[in-house]
Order: sequence, then C-alpha cells, then structure tokens
Amino acid sequence: MSGSYILSLVTFIYGAAGFFYIFAWIFRKPAVGTLATWTAILGFIGNTAGILIRWVGSYKLGIGHAPFSNLYESLVFFAWVIALIYLIIERKAGNRLIGAFSAPIAFLALAYAALKPGITSDIQPLIPALKSNWLIAHVITCFIGYASFAIAFGVSSMYLIKYGRDDEQISWMDFVKPLILFVMVSLFSRVLFVGSWALSVIMALPICFVFYAVVLLVRRMPADIQNRLLDRFPEDQVLDELSYQLIVLGFLFLSVGIITGAVWANSAWGRYWGWDPKETWSLITWFIYATLLHARMMRGWHGKRIAFLSILGFAAVLFTYFGVNLLPGLHSYGGM
Amino acid sequence: MSTKEISADPFTKIWKFFTSVRLTIVLLLTLAATSIIGTLIPQNQSPDDYFNAFGAFLYRLFNVLGLFDLYHSWWFQTLMLMLAVNVLVCSLERLSATWQIIFTSRPKFTISRFRRLPQKEEFTIDSPAEQLITRYQTIISHNFHYLRVEETDNGYAIFAEKGRWTRIGVYIVHASVILMLVGGVIGSIFGFEGFVNIAEGDTVQRIRLRNSGNMRQLDFAVRCDDFNVSFYSTGAPKEFRSSLTILEQGKPVLSKDIIVNDPLHYKGISIFQSSYGELPAQRQEFQPPDEITLSFTSKATGMIYEKKAIIAQPIEIPEGLGKFVIDQFSNTYNFRGQDLGAALIGTLHQINGTSVEVVLPIKFPSFDKMGPIFNKARNDDVIISVSDVNVKQTPAAVRYYTGLQIARDPGVWVVYTGFILMIIGCYITFFMSHRQICVEVNETGDRCRIMVAGTANKNKLGNERKVKKIAHTLVHDERDA
Repeated sequence: MSGSYILSLVTFIYGAAGFFYIFAWIFRKPAVGTLATWTAILGFIGNTAGILIRWVGSYKLGIGHAPFSNLYESLVFFAWVIALIYLIIERKAGNRLIGAFSAPIAFLALAYAALKPGITSDIQPLIPALKSNWLIAHVITCFIGYASFAIAFGVSSMYLIKYGRDDEQISWMDFVKPLILFVMVSLFSRVLFVGSWALSVIMALPICFVFYAVVLLVRRMPADIQNRLLDRFPEDQVLDELSYQLIVLGFLFLSVGIITGAVWANSAWGRYWGWDPKETWSLITWFIYATLLHARMMRGWHGKRIAFLSILGFAAVLFTYFGVNLLPGLHSYGGM
Repeated sequence: MSTKEISADPFTKIWKFFTSVRLTIVLLLTLAATSIIGTLIPQNQSPDDYFNAFGAFLYRLFNVLGLFDLYHSWWFQTLMLMLAVNVLVCSLERLSATWQIIFTSRPKFTISRFRRLPQKEEFTIDSPAEQLITRYQTIISHNFHYLRVEETDNGYAIFAEKGRWTRIGVYIVHASVILMLVGGVIGSIFGFEGFVNIAEGDTVQRIRLRNSGNMRQLDFAVRCDDFNVSFYSTGAPKEFRSSLTILEQGKPVLSKDIIVNDPLHYKGISIFQSSYGELPAQRQEFQPPDEITLSFTSKATGMIYEKKAIIAQPIEIPEGLGKFVIDQFSNTYNFRGQDLGAALIGTLHQINGTSVEVVLPIKFPSFDKMGPIFNKARNDDVIISVSDVNVKQTPAAVRYYTGLQIARDPGVWVVYTGFILMIIGCYITFFMSHRQICVEVNETGDRCRIMVAGTANKNKLGNERKVKKIAHTLVHDERDA
C-alpha cells in the first residue's frame, strides 16, 4: 500500500476546503468559513496519514526510505507544509480570507502530482546518489522554504487585489504588465503542462484574456459590491507584514536547504558548488528574496513593490522546482 | 544646496560608492539575471559542439563574452567581487554605530519616545505606587534581562530591555557571505579537482585535472581491487562500490570500499565514486578443439569425403590425393590485414611430393577454394574445408573500470564555517529582536495611572502583541493581589 489512495482523497478535501474558503469570502457566510477550516484540518490529517503510510509502505517493500525522494513525494510534502503553515496563520491572525488564497495552492500541488502524466506515485527504490541522510534534511528544509514562499505569493496577490490600484502607481509597469503576464504564463504553461513552446504560447493567450476579462469585470462592478468583496481583507500593513514574515521564514529555510544541498553535494561528488542548473536557480531565487529583504529593510520599500518582488521570487521558486527539468544537469532524477 | 562635504579623495569616493544599498540591489538582481544565461547555455562543452549549435558568428560573440564558462568569466567574477566588497564596506560602515549601541554600560531610555508610541496600553489601578513597584519589577524581569527604575515627576518608570546583542545578527550573515567567497577562492587556488578511471586490479598515481585537462601526479598511488555494481529488479542502479587501496611507495597503507555519498579521505585528498564502465571486450578465447571433421573435395571426381581429424595426427586423403595434418589451432588468423578469427593451420603433403601450408578459418568454410589461386605451389586437385568443429569458448569475464573523482579543497572548512554562521545569523536577524519596554506609573492621589509601551527593532506587530500580553498580566496581577 503506497498511501496514494488516501492522498488522492486528500486532493479533493483540499479542493473542497479551498472552495469553502472562497465561498465564505464571496458570499460572506461565516458558517461556511468554519466548515472550511475543519475541512482543511481534515485534509491536513489525511495528508499526514498518507505520508506516514507511504513511509511504512516503503519499508514493507524492503526499500525503506523517507518519502521525500521524487517529484510526487516532494509535491505531497509541499502541500502538507502549505496546509500546516496556513492553519497556523489562520489561528494566529484570525482571518479566514487568506485561506482562499492558500488552500487552492495545496490543492493544485496535489492535483498536479496526481494528474500530470509521467509523475509516478509508485514507491521507488533510491538510486545511489540519493542514499544519504542529507536527502531528508535537504528536501524538508527546501520545501518548508518553498511552501512559505507559496503562501507569501498568495498574500502578496491579496495585497495587489485590494491595494494594487490605490497604492503608488508605477507608470512603466502599466505597459509592460500584460507583456510580462503573457511571457510568464507561456513559460509556466511550457514548464508545467505542455511539451512544446508553440502550444504553450497558444495556451497563454486565452488564459491572459480571461485574466484581464475578470479584472475588467471586477473594476466595472458597482463600488458597493467591490467593497463587499474586499472590505474584510486584512489591512495593508497586516498583509505587508505577513508576507514579509513568510518570506523571512522561507529565506531562512531556503538558505538551510541550499546549504544542506551543498554539504550533500560535497560528500557525493566532491564539490559543494558546481553551478549545476538547479543549484544556480536556487541561488537566483535566493538573490531575488535577498533583494526583497534589503529593499524592504534598508530602503524602506513597502506594499506594491514588495508584492511584485514576492511574486517574482515565487516564479523563480516554481522554475527551480519544475523548470530546471527542461535543462540538463545532475538533479534530473528529481524529474520523475 | 547640499550641505554634504564633497571630497575629491578617490578612496573616499570609492568607499562611498560601495556603502550604497542601492548598489547591493543592483548587484543582486544583475547576478540573478546573468546567472540565468549559464543555465540556458550548457557550460564547458567542447568548442565543436558550440560551433555546431550556434554557428560562427554567435560562437565568436558568446566566446568573447565568456558565456561558455560564464560563472568563471572575468565579468561574472568581478560582479561577485563587487558584491563582496559592497557587503564588507556596508557592514564596516554601520558596524561602529551598532557596536556603540550594543556595548554600552548604561542603555539609554527616553520616556517621551515611549509616550509618543501609537500603540500603548493604559489603565488605572487603586493602589499606591510603592506597592506596585516590586511586583511589577518581578513580572517584567521574567521577560527582560536588563531592568532599571527611574524617578519621574509624579512617580517612576520601569525600563527594561532584552536582545540588544541581536543587532549583531546581520553582521554575522554578512561575515558568512564573505567567508563562503573566501573559502571558494582558497579552494580554487590551493585545491584541485580531477578524475581518473582505474580498471579492476590496476594502480594509478596520475589523474587528469578537470579544468585544465593537464595530468597531476599524486603523492600516493590508488589501486582498484574490485568494482561492483548492483541493480534493483526494476533495472535502476542500487549501488556502485569500489574497493580501493592506497599505496605509499608500493606498500598498501589504507583499504576502503567507497560508494556514492561515502568517499575515502587520505592526506587531505578525497576520492569519490563518480562513474564506472566496462572495459572494451577482450578477444574471445577458444580452446583447441578435440574433435574436428574435415571435408575434402576432389576436383577430378567432384566427390566430397568427410573425415574425422585430430590435431597433429596425419590423415590420408581419399583417391590417393595425399596426406593432411593439422599442425595447430590459432585463436586468430590474419589474412592480408583482415582478422578472420579462429583457424586451423595444417600442412598438405601433395602427391607431387611438395608440402604446402593450408589455413582453414572456422568461420569461412570455402576459404581454401582460393588456396590454389594465392599459392602457386598448391595443386588444385583437392580443396579442404572444416565441416564441423567443436570449439569451446572460454567465458570472457566482464572487466570493469571505476571512475573516480579526486579532489582536494582546503577551503571547504572556511565555507562550512560560513554555512553555520549563515544559519545562525539569519535566525538571529529574522527571529530575534532588540526589544524595550517602559512601564510608567503616575501617582494621582491614592490611584495610579499606568502606561505600558514597547518598541522593537524588528517584528513590530509581534512586539505589540507581547506588550499587550504583559499589560494584561500587570492588570490581572493587581486584581489577584
């Protein structure tokens, strides 16, 4: 038994939790919000059970190893950390709106793990390079970091939705924004979903179109409806501070993740840093978040600029995670 | 008009340039952006591959820009150096101020600063100020290490603080970055990285360096006693294991089995399991056959006679066409530069009294048809071929070689120190703060007006929550008492 049955169930539970959070937000139903929280807790318990069953199962197969060794297992763990961090935030901040932007990420991670062709949910034996105690430390720390950045991305999106228009205007951004969105959507369609660049560009067109249609629709809404949607979003300082706290947490764990990876590489290949694409991309991610922290702490950047940097950082995280498999390198076993 | 002093001193100008955090941001983003290029163009491939992939013009352009070894190109290294100088200068510039804040014997508290804070807790208690002071001091000292009471106009103020030293955190992070870069430079100057393939049973002392491709002599020799590879039932590799022995002046001094993730360390040099392969297949060995059937074709009658033959035993050819003896069995026979494989080599005693050598390659039965053409002394009255031979093949043992990565990096401990400092420094910088609290007690008659306010250099929201909690404790302490 590999626990994948429970984990596919958990996918639906996270999906339901996300739906309830969004429903409670849009239709202002606190009861549904409570239901959403309990659903998310149930999903988290199931997720934990799924990981444990998989762990035990690998020992029963005689190839015992911690379940952090391939893309499927890392996505399952990614969803688990997102659920955990989100539930802690919900308890501490007492605001369920963030759930509408976090639970769907956990759902999408698991759904992607289940649906993407080529991702096997089988428990696989470890190849020689992965047989190291550093594997567990490396994967756990990296994914705690990635999950923190994922929720920070959700919180930054909330910031832009509510304050994107009343905050300072960065005029040149208005012209390049649609272009950046299009390039990003094309890139990640290619990285995540389709096998050719032409197809990903074709896919990106309707996605961007729908995105701007929704933006336009919301802007055309009467002010009171807009207000009803946004009035219970946390205050700008709270969102800004929360995303900063998450980024700081993620930055610490990303640093530890890169370091444990370097120590591991030194014991496996005799060099702690080799500019392999995955290593380089994790460093690029680190540079972006380091920029964000310096800009915020030393130059007083706040709000919109930090939110955009946070989204850029998360794009780098996604590319480090998925995109690097398109490039040649030592980490290619992270692929399937 | 700027009141800043404008200095013409070039050193001051350079120093000022490197104190800028804007420079840090530009450098970090530039490093991030340029690093991407090196992940898109495979690094350190052969020039031929690049030339074929990019064509003449782009090849020359990329080559000049160093894009084929981007991370070691002069401009990338310059960016890294600039970042290091930037980090160092910024830290030194701010360190003296921080130093004075941290190492002060008497921390400064300004009551008006606390009074001005937007977030503060205020409440009234029906007790005289003297009764509160000891209890409040006890509660506050639970959470804060340093505590001082100062008299005010109509009462007193308790000041307390903790985590003053945590202001050093960011300098630890910056020092760790410098250490990692220094460790990297030490490694690239005093270390080396090479590889060598050793066939099972062989001993080597020279390895090929990865960067230059030059050979390097080691102070000792490495022998590969054995190599084993095992597989899972799925076909995925399970383990690569090399049994290695280190030899000093021919004498074995250390033996160890190495696998991936478990290298051998000797005299500061580490030997890693990196790859493996099979040696080019050895020539298949045949044992001399004990049973051979030859066929003799007579030209005169066209008859084919089959006869059993044994090496070195002459046989009579029917129709009185002579005698034939197999002299030897050879594993190879070279015919005009062509390897024809295993062959029987014999002597034909012809009826005219002459003897000629006859070669019978086992794989080519009709080879002897050409015998009379190539050899003038050979009569064409009989053609010999091997019709059946029982050759035993000795199983060819697969011989492996092990691919080893051999490296020496004296900078690695500097880098590891940097790693540890980075983790500690990040933790201090992000999760610990210098917090101050002020509890002001103002006596009015037999009642006290109390204000609780706190500041922190980081995580201000979290600090507000903590201040609220302390204020709450103070209120309830009074009610309980």
